[in-house]
Amino acid sequence: MENNDKTIEIEVLRYRPEEDEKPFLQSFKVPFTDDMSVLQGVQYIKDYLDGSVSFRWSCRMAICGSCGMMINGVPKLSCKTFLREYYPGKITLEALKHFPIEKDLIIDLSDFIGKLESIKPYIVPSAPRALEEGEYLQTPRQLDRIAQFSSCINCMLCYSACPQYGLKPEYLGPGAIALLHRYNEDNRDSAKAGRMQLLNAQEGVWDCTLVGYCSEVCPKDVDPAAAINRNKVNSAMDYFLRCITPRGGN
Amino acid sequence: MLHGRSGEILSVDTIKTDIVIVGGGGAGLRAAIAAAEKDPGQGVALVSKVYPMRSHTVAAEGGAAAVTQPHDDLEYHFNDTVAGGDWLCEQDVVEYFVAHAHEELVQMEHWGCPWNRRDDGHINVRAFGGMKIERTWFAADKTGFHMLHTLFQTSIKYPSIRRFDEYFCADIVVDEGRAQGVVVIEIATGKVCFIQAKAVILATGGAGRVFRENTNGGIVTGDGMALAFRRGVALRDMEFMQYHPTCMPGTGLLFTEACRGEGGYLLNKDGYRFLQDYGLGPPSPEPRNKFMELGPRDRVSQAIWHEKQKGRTIDNPHGQVVHLDMRHLGEKKLRERLPQIYEMAEEYMGIDPAHEPIPVLPGVHYTMGGIETDGRTATNLPGLYAVGECASVGIHGANRLGSNSLVELCVFGKVAGEEATQFAKTTRNSSTSTLERQASDIGNRVRCLVDNATGKERIAVIRSEMGKSMEDGCGIYRTESGLRATCDKLAELKQRYRSINIEDKSSAWNTEWLLAIELGYLLEVAEAIANSALNRRESRGSHQRLEGLEQRDDQNYLKHTLARYAGEGPPKIEYSPVKITKLEPGIRAYGEAGEKAEAERKMKKEAAHGK
Repeated sequence: MENNDKTIEIEVLRYRPEEDEKPFLQSFKVPFTDDMSVLQGVQYIKDYLDGSVSFRWSCRMAICGSCGMMINGVPKLSCKTFLREYYPGKITLEALKHFPIEKDLIIDLSDFIGKLESIKPYIVPSAPRALEEGEYLQTPRQLDRIAQFSSCINCMLCYSACPQYGLKPEYLGPGAIALLHRYNEDNRDSAKAGRMQLLNAQEGVWDCTLVGYCSEVCPKDVDPAAAINRNKVNSAMDYFLRCITPRGGN
Repeated sequence: MLHGRSGEILSVDTIKTDIVIVGGGGAGLRAAIAAAEKDPGQGVALVSKVYPMRSHTVAAEGGAAAVTQPHDDLEYHFNDTVAGGDWLCEQDVVEYFVAHAHEELVQMEHWGCPWNRRDDGHINVRAFGGMKIERTWFAADKTGFHMLHTLFQTSIKYPSIRRFDEYFCADIVVDEGRAQGVVVIEIATGKVCFIQAKAVILATGGAGRVFRENTNGGIVTGDGMALAFRRGVALRDMEFMQYHPTCMPGTGLLFTEACRGEGGYLLNKDGYRFLQDYGLGPPSPEPRNKFMELGPRDRVSQAIWHEKQKGRTIDNPHGQVVHLDMRHLGEKKLRERLPQIYEMAEEYMGIDPAHEPIPVLPGVHYTMGGIETDGRTATNLPGLYAVGECASVGIHGANRLGSNSLVELCVFGKVAGEEATQFAKTTRNSSTSTLERQASDIGNRVRCLVDNATGKERIAVIRSEMGKSMEDGCGIYRTESGLRATCDKLAELKQRYRSINIEDKSSAWNTEWLLAIELGYLLEVAEAIANSALNRRESRGSHQRLEGLEQRDDQNYLKHTLARYAGEGPPKIEYSPVKITKLEPGIRAYGEAGEKAEAERKMKKEAAHGK
């Protein structure tokens, strides 16, 4: 914290469930240097200004997915957003939109965890293989089909960006659909038929209204919108094939 | 809704299960799956202070080592590991480890881990520091991330695994000389619960946050180490902290060793590949295993320290740095093999690594020591197991080789799950009311920490003084006076810790309370590190002493350090023998000297076999 010649105003949307009727904004003046992230700014607040301000964080390098928050109305990872980008203006931090607030910047993400668990996010092999038989073969091209969609860090920014999820929390949502797509596209997996039923439901892909903001805010270029769009085609095909063959298109 | 205010008797909710695992990172998840597979009928509770996919395994980048290529051999992996650990490894445990590494990585593959592939669809491997043959499996430069998510998602398949996400472990309940469960805080409410179990597995990760400049996430606070330590289990070889040579100045964020495995150079201020001056040469344009930039982490970090002393490093606002130069690898290869590194350099530093070298400096990365266990992950407290970075099962010795720890969590995570299952079958809990009484006392004690914390000391100030003092006294090179000053400082900080202030008196999501508990854990572990280092009067692996103690001293110190809890004062230091089976202690050398040493070893061995 040397050479703090600049200070920036950070407003934090506070909500303490044991004392507050509703959330309110609290303002802090934070000394900063140009290499400081928004996360470091809010850590400064907790360490030196108000120990009760609460938020999740851990890795500081945009891989653990903990520190998402609304930064001036945009869902971002606070560890890779920098204070200098907002200076001399002020920064307003709020809990990620569309989620219940547990405290301050901490959201309740149990709804997403439930969805994640519902999509069978694991390999269901068609012919189980013994360890002694070694690895399944997967060419670089086959890996490419899943690489991007397996990069989701579950940070919830896409859910916060999705207007449809805001209106209708039953919607499976971008992150879970991208992950579902990742397993469906894996050449080692055979559980596509079951997962397609989740997608075919109204709360599956069809709730999506093609806004595409989910992909815009994704910090890892997963592009969940692409997964959703591909699965609208897949879902239509699946529906069609189910009509003409008893076991569907798989 | 406050719990356990002074004077009240705290009631705890009790959850009964067979096995409780503390820590939802790679080791904890692997142990949970192993336990669920071993006996689908038993209950497995998985406690984690963060959602499992946030655990710090997520940040491991480079890869996981297993003998894979036809010209490789288990003995090579064994030799690399034992010599890399400067002969402080338990050799029987290393033998088990290298023998089971491959099947565990295949298991990860079967569970869906997106390993990089060769064109023919088989697993691809990359070079890593201190490894004779390329044997590091990788998933781009996000190997830990992919392994963690694969394990987490796979764990969902097992109905007997009951997760306690965002529950913080406050203590282990011990009765009749056995671990019989844990006391946890439900973070969202502040409620204290007792999870009664017949066996407890600690998989809580390392303690890198005791140092100022480190690569670790905020959650890496040595929780399990401190808890086991306070319950009388020794912390072994704690003086061996790994400095990773290539970290981001200021934040300490990691640039994986794979940067060098893929061919990156380390340059000093003259653009000179200085590692050739430290017994790692001669240099070659292409990476050569166990030479130059593919030397082990301790040696490379030490070389950077020496360059700094010689004034050959580069000024940076965050200290003296060297350059990690990957320009010659080209943007395409960097984007394919090191996408995260590319992103970090661009976004955090405004540097395009295809066109500019990255300034780097060493930062604390890994805790080689930990909770003392036998080769089957059992501690000497019956019913208590430890696995992963929090444990010292004996494979890392005085210096861990990169890409051995991700395999460790698979190989020994499985062992821990199976051993704990076995133990749980043969034991019974004490009466629940006895255990609950103890749990309630523990709950009261942790809750009183909040109510009574009305002093003047700021948590953040103590934490940062600790980090600075550890860096000053227990850094890459250590002196007697520096170590003593750190030990004294830590004793002082422990006193001041009694007068901390916790402003937040609430129950729900009181993260200041958790920070205070974590600071207590950190100080405990820091003292074990500093006192273990002070007592080891030699240089070995990552523990380097100056003032005439620069050499390894097998006569007196070919043994493990055991730090034992001694109440308020500093830990008691004892020693235990090192298990040597196949590889007698020899010269630890790399580069040309390493090849010579290896040839001599081979000749000696052949002579001994009468060839």
